[in-house]
Amino acid sequence: MENFFSRYRNLAILVAVLFAQVLGLAVQVKRPADPSHPDGPSTRLIRLWVAGAFTPVEKLFVRSSLWARETWHDYVDLRDVRRENRELRQQIEELRVQQARLQQDAEQARRLQSLLGFQEQFIQQTVAAQVIGSSGSELSRVLTLDKGSRDGIRNDMAVITPDGVVGKIVRVFPGSSQVLEITDQSSGVGAILEKSRLQGIVKGTPEGDPVLDYIMVDEAVAPGERVLTSGGDRIFPKGLPIGAVTRVGKGHDLFHAIYLKPAADLARLEEVLIITKVEERAPAADQAESPRAADILAQRLPSVPKAADPAADKSGAPADAGKKPPPPAPPAHKPQDGPQ
Amino acid sequence: MKGALIYTSREEIEVHRFSVWVTVGVPLAALFLQAFLPVRLHFASIFDLPLLVTIYFGMTRRSPVSGLVTGGLIGLVQDSLTHQPLGVYGIAKTLIGFFASSLGVKLDVDSPLTRVLLPAAFYIVHQAIYFLVARGLVRQALDWPWLYTLGAALANGVLAVVLFAILDRFKQRT
Repeated sequence: MENFFSRYRNLAILVAVLFAQVLGLAVQVKRPADPSHPDGPSTRLIRLWVAGAFTPVEKLFVRSSLWARETWHDYVDLRDVRRENRELRQQIEELRVQQARLQQDAEQARRLQSLLGFQEQFIQQTVAAQVIGSSGSELSRVLTLDKGSRDGIRNDMAVITPDGVVGKIVRVFPGSSQVLEITDQSSGVGAILEKSRLQGIVKGTPEGDPVLDYIMVDEAVAPGERVLTSGGDRIFPKGLPIGAVTRVGKGHDLFHAIYLKPAADLARLEEVLIITKVEERAPAADQAESPRAADILAQRLPSVPKAADPAADKSGAPADAGKKPPPPAPPAHKPQDGPQ
Repeated sequence: MKGALIYTSREEIEVHRFSVWVTVGVPLAALFLQAFLPVRLHFASIFDLPLLVTIYFGMTRRSPVSGLVTGGLIGLVQDSLTHQPLGVYGIAKTLIGFFASSLGVKLDVDSPLTRVLLPAAFYIVHQAIYFLVARGLVRQALDWPWLYTLGAALANGVLAVVLFAILDRFKQRT
């Protein structure tokens, strides 16, 4: 017997180590899925140790590289700043005109929603976080952020950039957290096509492309159409951009496989926003306070003629006499103070 | 002898060992770089540095037990950086560590050809084990990206030549 074990010692140890790991896997898989506590105490501890060992070094590297880059950009590399400044000013002017037009449309939409009793989701609070690491694997698309439970981060919070959706928080440690990207194969985001209003689920492919699933093959979907969050998953607020249709292929059963180009550049993420508070309420349709597009234009762009005020016309007073400046548009999000 | 994949006799086998700093530091550095580099250089995620380190230590130490333990530990740490249950990478790398050290006894692992082909082949085997475990034991609906795997295997094989040459400098002959 002793001879047998000494002969097959290596194999016996291999089998024992594999058995222990398979057993550990079975325990983890069997545990009921609780989104707020996805790990058991033992696996949680191992992940905590690894995060505790890696996160400080990752933070150090990211912050040093940021410091070096900012120093370079702010003090050394200023060649194109004047030209860029001119272009940005021009862009601001154009956006102001566009904002005024959109604000009037938004007010009208709010009035209609209020009349119909719609509940709308407002992003009330976000926390800015830096991407400091990843899983390093194409088979598991996970990012590590430098904000954790100490900053009020919890599981299942949505992570976005100003361009679009990034993913959701799947694990939180005291000083860091992990985000499951929308391109991961196990990810799922409730989505809606912007024009046709068809609803489906965005999932990841093995190649890391997001695909809109569960749209029937008899529905027409055109490349270029935008895909937004539907709000149906109760994680991502409704209306955030996920991506645009690049091609429509044959999916499983009777469904299309609609390939998307992500709205957020997931390959070059440095900073993201974690949505920490979403409020659901009926939109206020306070028409008395809402400025007209023409008024905003008159105040902000001196070259645009001021809007005619019938009351002022009658009295002979100037059109904007005694009028308060229009309140600024409500912010889409309120970034929380904290280390950036 | 160089440039050929050849068998070695028991008498020809050279067993190498490494200092504690290298034994602990190299896998940790590989794991750190694997997690950190893809954030700045997205293409870097095609490489599997922890796997290459597992193969290298397995082939040079030529001790199956040491190989499987090194692979298992590296795999478990890698698992904890993903959202998978702990053990998926652990099992894959345990087996690779064992196979690499078993083959290290039989092959001339200093030959450049061996150093390209073995890591490339081990990469494919590693991915196959990963998918078997993820689909069979964890019940995850994963698809195998064949073309990507072949390309990544080649890329890892090429990187292995460079990485192994660097790691050779830390070898201590017994």
